Amino acid sequence: MNRLPFEQKVLGENDRLASELRTRFQAHGTLCVNLISAPGSGKTFLLERTLERLPPAMRAAVLTGDIETQNDANRLRRYGFPVRQITTGGTCHLDARMIERALHLRNPVSPAVTPAKFSVAPAEGAPWSEEWELLLIENVGNLVCPSSYDLGEDAKIVLMSVTEGEDKPLKYPSIFYKSALLLLTKVDLLPHLQFDLALARENARRANPAIEIIELSARTGAGMEAWMGWLQDRLRAVRGNTEGRVAQAAAHGT
Amino acid sequence: MHELSIAGTILETVEAEAARRPAMRVVKVGVRIGELSGVNAEALQFGFEAMVKGTHLDPLALEIEQVPLRYRCSVCAHLFSAQDDIPRCPLCASPEILLVGGDDLHLAYLEVEDR
Repeated sequence: MNRLPFEQKVLGENDRLASELRTRFQAHGTLCVNLISAPGSGKTFLLERTLERLPPAMRAAVLTGDIETQNDANRLRRYGFPVRQITTGGTCHLDARMIERALHLRNPVSPAVTPAKFSVAPAEGAPWSEEWELLLIENVGNLVCPSSYDLGEDAKIVLMSVTEGEDKPLKYPSIFYKSALLLLTKVDLLPHLQFDLALARENARRANPAIEIIELSARTGAGMEAWMGWLQDRLRAVRGNTEGRVAQAAAHGT
Repeated sequence: MHELSIAGTILETVEAEAARRPAMRVVKVGVRIGELSGVNAEALQFGFEAMVKGTHLDPLALEIEQVPLRYRCSVCAHLFSAQDDIPRCPLCASPEILLVGGDDLHLAYLEVEDR
């Protein structure tokens, strides 16, 4: 018997595809964010209130993932931005290949990696292009599995509603560790709950001391300004980077 | 439950490696998974055994090494592992600690024998 060392990431292929996507996003000046939470923390509702606040002329699009149904896409299509529903047909997370397929960058999809039932519904209402300023990805409602799959996003954003336990970041440290931003949602319900905001923040920081935290209620609009401001800052940074690269390339005569 | 997809990915990789080494038979694959990887070892083992059955790689064993969370103390820079929910530095007892690892999800080795 012979042991051969074989150091390689299990999800190396996913990571490779994700890094291709990331390169494309950077080239197009696209800010891509990946929203992750348990089912029912308010991802779709937050997206609705977010789309409502975006300038109508903005080149923004949504990819929304679910195991079954087109319900989320139907809700999100009312705001004039193109939306594609990815139904995973049983898979509990989105992977880079699904994103690539949904963006129609390459076909066909390898059947070994992507489940047979996986499908993408065409975008309706608005034309689909690749050159987005903002690509919002709503992952499948699940706090565990999506954390393992890089989708080429600029930032993972984790949502946790105040109807969940303050110890969620301790129970599911992986996603908090990997997220740039924590959105504490449904804060309008706080008067009815015994939820310790300070403890929730402390627990999140224990999993990830660098995590940014915004408390909001998509229903009342409280905190929405801070969230939209966070997106604006990121959009500006991405735009600046892309312009910087273009200027640099021009200066080098390439 | 993405452990089935993970098991499938591991099998695909082993299959590709086995195809490159026709004179050998792969008998075991070793993986390292961190506590932060989001992968449950038991579910992965179960899924892998179910998937490998009936394929030409059968019998192929999976050995999982679990890697605990690793922290670094912000005060004294001590590196340590901890299992508690609310860990502290074992040297200086400071609660000011940073998570620095345990998100491994790696293929570590293959065990092969001559056919």
